[in-house]
Amino acid sequence: MKITKEEVLHVAELARLDMDDEAVAKFSEQIGTILAYMDTLNQVDTRGVPPTSHALSLHNAFREDEAAGSLDRDDALANAPEREDGCFVVPRIVEQREAK
Amino acid sequence: MEYVTVIGLEVHAQLNTNTKIFCGCSTAFGAPPNTHVCPVCLGMPGVLPVLNRKVVAFAVTMGIATRCTINRESRFARKNYFYPDLPKGYQISQYELPICEHGHVDIDTNGEKKRIGITRIHMEEDAGKLSHLAGRPVSHVDLNRTGVPLIEIVSEPDIRSPEEAGAYLRKLRSILRYLGICDGNMEEGSFRCDANVSIMPAGSDTFGTRAELKNLNSFRNVEKALHYEIIRQREVIEDGGAVVQETRLWNPDRGVTTSMRGKEEAHDYRYFPDPDLLPVVVDDAWIQEIEAGLPELPDQKEQRFVGTLGLSAYDAGVLTADRELADYFEACLESYDRPKPVANWIMGPLLGRLNAEGETIAASPVAPADLAALLKLVDDGTISGKIAKTVFDDMAATGKAPGEIVTEKQLVQLSDTSAIEEIIDEVIASHPDEVAAFRGGRKKLLGFFVGQVMKATQGKANPKMVNEILQQKLQ
Repeated sequence: MKITKEEVLHVAELARLDMDDEAVAKFSEQIGTILAYMDTLNQVDTRGVPPTSHALSLHNAFREDEAAGSLDRDDALANAPEREDGCFVVPRIVEQREAK
Repeated sequence: MEYVTVIGLEVHAQLNTNTKIFCGCSTAFGAPPNTHVCPVCLGMPGVLPVLNRKVVAFAVTMGIATRCTINRESRFARKNYFYPDLPKGYQISQYELPICEHGHVDIDTNGEKKRIGITRIHMEEDAGKLSHLAGRPVSHVDLNRTGVPLIEIVSEPDIRSPEEAGAYLRKLRSILRYLGICDGNMEEGSFRCDANVSIMPAGSDTFGTRAELKNLNSFRNVEKALHYEIIRQREVIEDGGAVVQETRLWNPDRGVTTSMRGKEEAHDYRYFPDPDLLPVVVDDAWIQEIEAGLPELPDQKEQRFVGTLGLSAYDAGVLTADRELADYFEACLESYDRPKPVANWIMGPLLGRLNAEGETIAASPVAPADLAALLKLVDDGTISGKIAKTVFDDMAATGKAPGEIVTEKQLVQLSDTSAIEEIIDEVIASHPDEVAAFRGGRKKLLGFFVGQVMKATQGKANPKMVNEILQQKLQ
């Protein structure tokens, strides 16, 4: 197996996914297959080939610093399960994480 | 044991653009919640972020001003984590290829120059704002700030004391404000700082385990939090313990840092290149265009004030720390060409008054041309230096021009020799004991006689002439 049960559970935790033993076994196998395929790709000689981050050979798609209008607040909040005073309402997160 | 402190700072500066980094929503501060949002910054499926050209220009501007290498190609990456202020589940930032690297700024502490390295400057989007409601298990989310452009400026671990950290931050803020790309308001959050701090035994070349400090929302709090944390770490080590690598939150009310538990998992950000955004290529022509538009920066201005205008290093440092203050000083010199008295008047009466009122130079009640006019009245002998202080207070209170105040209140200096002699004769005649004492050797009494003459003339007598005539008559 290319990936351990613990690693699958860690990734699931990061993605806020609940997984039972059956799901862990299923995804361990699937992810293992993907990683094995990566090993196959790794056999290709890529010396002298720059790393690719984009499939398109384009760069610099810019917009100018001009206002383009925003949504009506009712529309912005339309999908919110709960709203109050013009805000989304979420369960309180105890950890006081400062935004970056 | 002696310890050496090692500090590195991460500064987030909000850029002064009209619109967000990847969409056309306004960045204006203080709008009603969730009114500056659109499908892009709300993280709706299927939207495409498009980079604001000005954000790149501003980041490059700061890179040039801090002597960074500008990377000809840079990329955006996704930083993945879940938190309610981040609707997409990831923050668009830069990781492997930031736009600027390997720069530095020079700071001044206790008269000593020191160079602080800048590891990198990268572009990223800000997150939204959470308000925790007292007594209820919920939070309010306002996403107006989501997608507001930031640059993160990461220093090398070159800083060795809280005071150096303060000097470095003030220097960065000064440069950003000179460049006009960030307003540098720490209280409103447009200039934010996190600090990595560790200690190691003196002489060691291996850094200790560091703690990351957050919630440092003023210059004073940065220095206070660092002082606290350094002592805390020393006590942990001296008690036989080990410093744990963790994030700690500064509590300004209690004056302590406290551990933020449960961050280990969250630190796994799984960065990868953002497929929605193309690489950014900055060519030589663009860099040259930005370089050509750079204003004179604080260090250059300081050097010119010392070298060309003859100010002391201290005066030049104070006057150039803030661009508006330097501009005010130079505006005074446009109609009055003696830099030193102008510097004295700005740093003395003017800043004294503004500081007492909690104001900055932008709120100066005296226009530069009026301050220059006042100094001219002193130079040409119309009023004495002492009277000038009174006139200045009047100018600040009423906004009137100095000439007008001098005429209205009849403050013109008394420089008529015979008139002054007459008054001096009266003073001498009415203080025989003091005259005798003076002639007997108590030369310090000269000040007493000057004071009496000034009193008799309501401070209007020309002090130089009073001194000379008194010396003669008391022989």
